[in-house]
Amino acid sequence: MSKMANRIVYGEALCRLAGQHMFYVMDADLSKATGTKRFADAYPERFFDMGIAEQNLMATAAGMSSFGTPVIASTFAMFGAGRAYEQIRNSIAYPRANVKIVCSHAGVMIGEDGASHQCLEDLALMRVLPGMTVLAPCDGWETQSLLSQILSEDGPCYMRFGRREVEQVHKNGTPIRIGRAVRLREGNDVSLIACGEMVQECLKACEMLKERGISAGLIDMHTVKPLDREAVCQAAKETGLVVCVEDHSVIGGLSSAVAEVMAEYGRGRLARIGIEDRFGCSGQYGYLAEHFGLSAARIAEKVEAMKMGE
Amino acid sequence: MSETITRDYLERMAGKIRRLTVESIYRAQSGHPGGALSSADILSVLYFDIMDIDPQEPSRRDRDRLILSKGHSAPAYYAALALRGYFNAEELKRLRQGEETLQGHPSMHRTPGVDYSSGSLGQGLSIAGGMALYAARNDLPSTIFCLCGDGELQEGQIWEAAMSAAHYRLRNLILIVDDNGLQIDGRVADVMNHAPLREKFLSFGWDAKEVDGHDVEALQGALHSVYRKAEGPTVILAKTVKGKGVSFMENEASWHGSAPTKEQYERAVRELEGGRYE
Repeated sequence: MSKMANRIVYGEALCRLAGQHMFYVMDADLSKATGTKRFADAYPERFFDMGIAEQNLMATAAGMSSFGTPVIASTFAMFGAGRAYEQIRNSIAYPRANVKIVCSHAGVMIGEDGASHQCLEDLALMRVLPGMTVLAPCDGWETQSLLSQILSEDGPCYMRFGRREVEQVHKNGTPIRIGRAVRLREGNDVSLIACGEMVQECLKACEMLKERGISAGLIDMHTVKPLDREAVCQAAKETGLVVCVEDHSVIGGLSSAVAEVMAEYGRGRLARIGIEDRFGCSGQYGYLAEHFGLSAARIAEKVEAMKMGE
Repeated sequence: MSETITRDYLERMAGKIRRLTVESIYRAQSGHPGGALSSADILSVLYFDIMDIDPQEPSRRDRDRLILSKGHSAPAYYAALALRGYFNAEELKRLRQGEETLQGHPSMHRTPGVDYSSGSLGQGLSIAGGMALYAARNDLPSTIFCLCGDGELQEGQIWEAAMSAAHYRLRNLILIVDDNGLQIDGRVADVMNHAPLREKFLSFGWDAKEVDGHDVEALQGALHSVYRKAEGPTVILAKTVKGKGVSFMENEASWHGSAPTKEQYERAVRELEGGRYE
């Protein structure tokens, strides 16, 4: 299966969608890394580099979008969701601006840059904002499908993905809809719910678990908000044990969103796999995946231990 | 347009803005009289002379816009909008009193005429810049005005926005600074001195003009000289007096965010109706 970084697919999709939708794109001196450079080169009159000034990036995008044309604002997750948080809250979310914040380099797996750049809090920060749609696609098809949808819908949105190249999970043409989880595997013993590039690791983990006699289901929860409550409740009902997997803090992100639904539903048991209330560190992908317990093997190990403990 | 709009008319409108401002803050027993009163003459000149707007069609695409970046001046802003015909002045009596009333800081989806929501300082100039950039790219005649407080210019985002406005040569962007010299903790010069403002803006690539912010003719002159004629972004540094028009509020930082008592309110109204500062 061919590997590709979601941010590269994002840049290509912007160019492809430019003919169907009118929109502007802004970046903050990271267009080569976020993927928007491809669009900047093809549509220079529709692209604005705002320099290293993320607060201004977000509020400028908000003002520009008030004429009715959507504006996409891209940077790294840390500087978008993090540095410009209050601008997103007060100038984008509160006025319901038609700004699509698309951030790359989310999560610990971005690698060598280390803790200052590894944003592990963005899903939590964006999820609490009223009216904010929060997306974490796993592969290229999902990235472009969701991008196309958010451009057709009015209102603010936050989409995040990582940095590295990943395997393609979905066949081109697979229907992907905001707010609707995708069941990738059926299982009787445990349900994994993952978002972003952790979906690929979980697919492999499910195979490993199968060899050990554990039947694991997998849900690709590309939309963290609005969460597909039905899919969560069904998983809790069917397998009892639900395990959330995310390249994000275990506090506030996908795990928390699922925990809220399960607590209200009153059935099932939840385990969280993510970054355990700590900062990241520099390292290559393989090292980080092992170190933070997010590799397929480590995920499988943890799930197996939970099943044994039942 | 300016030939027909007289000093007398603009001063009368500014007087009404002040009168309604004090009344709405008194009724709400909450709000920011100082900075609202200092901006009354600026708002009068913008809404009753300069801006190309249509209260019957508040969303007209090619209209001019004002971003009230110093959102706490909302009572004066609401008074100007009501007087200009965006909504009934009776609404001003219900300020800060629930979901359906005028909000403490401007909310664009709740109040006709409000071009963008504001309140958190330092963000309005970026929003205005984004609007100006759109208008320029789409050949719209709109001029985008932004009203900031001088204390607000301590926010770093203001200077990010100043940098990008010059970079993109936004000739349709006009920033007016209500330069009343005071902020919550005291004199701007004492709390965090950012003088000299004119030189700062000039060095950022802006055109800068200094005027008496309570002289409506001076404001008219400065604004007409750059409206649809500027080469790049312009700042009008309007020297004002915080609390202008109510003697006991003038130049008192403590009147930044407190409401008058009944006695104080009645005295303020007497002073404003007597045209004390004529």
